[in-house]
Amino acid sequence: MPYVVERKPLTLSERIYLPQILAGMRVTLRRLFAPNVTMEYPEQRPAIPTGYRGVPTLVKDPHGREKCVSCQLCEFVCPPKAIRITPGSVEDQPDRTHVEKGPQAFDIDMLRCIYCGLCQEVCPEEAIFLQNQYTLSGYTRAELVNDKAKLYELGGTLPDQHFKWDKKKAAAEHGNTH
Amino acid sequence: MSDTLFIILSVLTVATALLVVLNKNAVNAAMFLLLSLVGLAGLFVLLDAPLLAFVLILVYAGAVVALFLFIIMLLDTTPGRFPAFKPMTIAASVLGAALLALGILSLSERAVLPLPPKAVAVPTMKNYAEQLFTTYLLPVQVVGFMLLIAMLGVIVLSKKYTPEETK
Amino acid sequence: MTAVIELWSGLHPLLQAVIKGLAVIGVMFPFGGACSLIERKVSAWMQGRPGPNRALPFWVAWVPGIGLLQRLGVFHLMADGGKMFFKEDPVPGHVNKFYFYLAPVVGMIPALTTVTVVPFGAYLNEAGKMVPLVLANLDVGILAVFAVSSLGVYALILAGWASNSKYPFLGGIRASAQLISYELSMTLSVLPVFLWVNVPGGNGTLSLFDVVSAQNGAWFGLWMPLSAIVFLVALFAETNRLPFDMAEGEADLVGGFHTEYGAMKWGLFFVAEYSHMLIGSGVFVLLFLGGWNPLPWVPLADVAVWLHLTTQPILLGLLSIGIFLGKALFFIFLFMWVRWTVPRFRYDQVMKLGWQKLLPLAIANLLFYALLIAWIQTRN
Repeated sequence: MPYVVERKPLTLSERIYLPQILAGMRVTLRRLFAPNVTMEYPEQRPAIPTGYRGVPTLVKDPHGREKCVSCQLCEFVCPPKAIRITPGSVEDQPDRTHVEKGPQAFDIDMLRCIYCGLCQEVCPEEAIFLQNQYTLSGYTRAELVNDKAKLYELGGTLPDQHFKWDKKKAAAEHGNTH
Repeated sequence: MSDTLFIILSVLTVATALLVVLNKNAVNAAMFLLLSLVGLAGLFVLLDAPLLAFVLILVYAGAVVALFLFIIMLLDTTPGRFPAFKPMTIAASVLGAALLALGILSLSERAVLPLPPKAVAVPTMKNYAEQLFTTYLLPVQVVGFMLLIAMLGVIVLSKKYTPEETK
Repeated sequence: MTAVIELWSGLHPLLQAVIKGLAVIGVMFPFGGACSLIERKVSAWMQGRPGPNRALPFWVAWVPGIGLLQRLGVFHLMADGGKMFFKEDPVPGHVNKFYFYLAPVVGMIPALTTVTVVPFGAYLNEAGKMVPLVLANLDVGILAVFAVSSLGVYALILAGWASNSKYPFLGGIRASAQLISYELSMTLSVLPVFLWVNVPGGNGTLSLFDVVSAQNGAWFGLWMPLSAIVFLVALFAETNRLPFDMAEGEADLVGGFHTEYGAMKWGLFFVAEYSHMLIGSGVFVLLFLGGWNPLPWVPLADVAVWLHLTTQPILLGLLSIGIFLGKALFFIFLFMWVRWTVPRFRYDQVMKLGWQKLLPLAIANLLFYALLIAWIQTRN
C-alpha cells in the first residue's frame, strides 16, 4: 500500500517564485559577510584528536634505544603487506643486553599502507605507532617507501618509562626471572 | 568606397546563396545561408536602411537559420541517403521555376519601376511604420496569411494520422 | 587635451576603427578575466571559503601592502590568463575540425560587436547638449544589440554539433531552443519602453541614448516593473546563467556544449559569456535604471550643474561612465548572487516558463502599456 505524502498547496508567493528567490538571496547575502568556516591549510592545521591514525612510525625509548626487536608480528599482521622487515642480530652493547634481535632494515611502503593500525596494536614492544603525521607526498614511488632511518626520524621518542629490557636484564642479573 | 562595398557584398550574397543550393552537407548549406543573409543585411546598410538590415539579422539570421540548424542537427542527414526525386516533386519544381521566370519576364517586359522620390526614402522608423500600417497594410496581412498557410501545411504534413484517429 | 582630440579626429577613419576595435578587445578580455575572478571570490565568500588568495609573483612580493591584493586574489587573474594561453589545447579526433575551430570565434563576434553600440556615458558639449559616449552611435540602437547578440546562439549550436559527441550535442540543442524561446519575451518586454520614448511627432527612435534621456525623471524600472522583471529573467536565460544554464549543466551534461573544448578555445566561450553578461547588464541599466543618471528624478545634467562640471566634458564623461559602470557591475554581481542562490531548473521547466509564463506575461504587459500610453495621449 503506497503511502501518499500530502503536499501542501503552494501559496501565491511560492507560485510566483520570485519572492522565494529573494528570500534565498537574503540568505546568501548574509553568508557573503559571514566569517569563513574553512581553514587555510598549510598555515593553519586542524587540531588532531587523540587516537588519530596517521603515518606509522618507529619510536625509540627515552634512552634513545631502538625498541623494535624485529619480531615481525607487524609484518605478518599487515593486511596490505606494506611492511618488510629484514631481521638482524644486535651486537653486544652494554645497554642492550638481552635484546636478541633488531631490524636490519625496516621498510613501510606508504603506497600500500591502509592506516589500519593493526601493526601498532600487535606490537609487543610498543615500538610502532601511527602518529599525527598525515601529509605524505613525493615525486617517485621509491620516495614513498619509508625506510628505517625515515621511520625513526618521523617517530621520535615515546616518553614511556617502561624499559622492558632493562627489567629483563635486572631480573637475569638478580636471578629473579618472575 | 560604397561601390566597392556593394560589389563585395553582392558577390558574397549571390555566391553564398548559390552555395546554399549546391552544398551537399546540410549544415554547410545553413551556414552559407547565414552568410548570405549577412551579406544582404550589408546591402541594406548600404541603402541607408539599417533598420531593415538589423531586422533581417534579428529575425532570419538570429532565429530562422538557428531553427534550421536545430532541425538539421536533429535529422539524420547523412549524404547519399536522400530518396530520389518523385515525378510529383519534379513537376512541382518545374512549375515553380516557370512561374518565377514568368514573373521576372513580365516584370522586366511590362512593369515600370519608378524610383521613389528622395524625400520618401529617408528611412526613419516612423516612415516604415506609417507605410506598413497604411499603404502596405494589405500586402503585409496577405504575406502573414501565407506564412500561416505554410505553417498549417507543415503541421498537416508532418502529423501522421492513424485511421483510428481520423474517425 | 584638445591636441589629443585633434590628433584623434585627424586620423584616417579606418585607423580610428582599428583603434576602437582594439580598445574593445583590450577592455573585454581583461574584463572577462576579472569577472571570472570576482565570480570565484563571490562564490567562495557565499560558501564560507576565502577563495583564491595564493598567487603572488615573486617580483612584486617586496611591495608593502601587496599582501592585501594577494588575499583578494588579484594575481590569480594573471595566472588564469597565462594558463589559458599556454596550456595544451587538445582537439579530439572525432570532431568536425572546421566548425570546431570556428565556434569560439563565432562566439566572440557578437560579444565584441554589441559593445560598440551600447552607450556607456555622456557629457555636455559647448552648446549644453548631452552627447553620448559610444563607439558607434546607431539610431537603431537596441535593435542592433538584439540582432547581433542573437547571433551568439550559433557559437553554441556549432560547438555542440561540431564536437560530435553526445553531451555537447544535447547542450547545443538545449541552448538553441532556450535562446530562441527567451528572445521573444525579451524583445516584447522592451517594447513598452520604446512606446513611451517615441513621443508623437518625433521621428521614431530605437536609440539607447534617447531611452536614457527619457529617464531624466522617473526610471522605467519604477513604473514598468513587469517589463523590467521579464527582461531580467529573459536576460538570465539569454546569457545562459544559472538558473537557466541548460547549455552547460555540469550535473547532467558534463560541460554541455564546451565539453570537448580546452585552453584558449574554452576561454573564448568564457569571455563571450561574461561579455554578454556585461552588455546585458548595461542594456538593462540603460533601459530600466536610468543609465548614467545617478538617481531617479536626478538627471546627470543637474548633477553637472551642482558640481560645476558643465564646462569639463572629460570629468563629466568620467563621472557618467563611473555611474553607469557601477550600476552595470551591480548587475554582474546580481548574476553571481543568483547563481549561487538558486538551483538549476529542469529543461522542461525552462521551456514551460519561457513559453507559458513569460511570453503571455510580456504580451499582456505590452498590451497594458500600449493602452495606457494611448489613454494618456488622448487625454493630452
